[in-house]
Amino acid sequence: MNGLDVAALVLILIGALLCLTAAIGVVRFKDVPTRLHAATKPQVLGLILICLAIALSLRSWPVVAFLVPVVLIQLATAPLSAHMVGRQAYRNRTIDEKSLYVDERAQARERERRRDEG
Amino acid sequence: MTWLIGVIYVVFAAAALITLWRIIRGPSILDRAVASDVLLTEVMCVLGADMAINHHTRTLPVLLVIAAVGVFGSIAIARFVARKDNADR
Repeated sequence: MNGLDVAALVLILIGALLCLTAAIGVVRFKDVPTRLHAATKPQVLGLILICLAIALSLRSWPVVAFLVPVVLIQLATAPLSAHMVGRQAYRNRTIDEKSLYVDERAQARERERRRDEG
Repeated sequence: MTWLIGVIYVVFAAAALITLWRIIRGPSILDRAVASDVLLTEVMCVLGADMAINHHTRTLPVLLVIAAVGVFGSIAIARFVARKDNADR
């Protein structure tokens, strides 16, 4: 058990705490966009920390070559699913509309409506 | 360092259980989609942590496949969920 292994364990612990934070946020927050906000943190940062821990623990380049595409694919696909779920939540009215400061989508619809009439 | 590994296991288990609670309760199908996304991420993190702690590479391809196809679940749910899902609210 040398220093790199300890560093890997600490990174894993931070990643696990990020997962716990996301879980608590998903349970405690009250509508879909706020839950989404909590949920997308470990999807990127937590996974990067875990992959760093794997690389530090195994210390071989083929493993790193496997981990780089994992992180890149996750970086590319996490915003995709978050965007789709958030958009459908807006359309479904699953969001708490009193908590919105600005509703740019509704404002744009209003502008279009006025332009069509006038 | 055994106690650190124990703490990691407990934290992962607590996170998974809490997320499972939201999947069971979740008022709308989108809440369940978000929660199951979190659970999938936790599965990836646990597989990676297992590899790092036990020094093996057997589950590395599983990690790649989950990262690649895990997104389709919530996209499919979000794309085809019925609009009247929350009509009674």
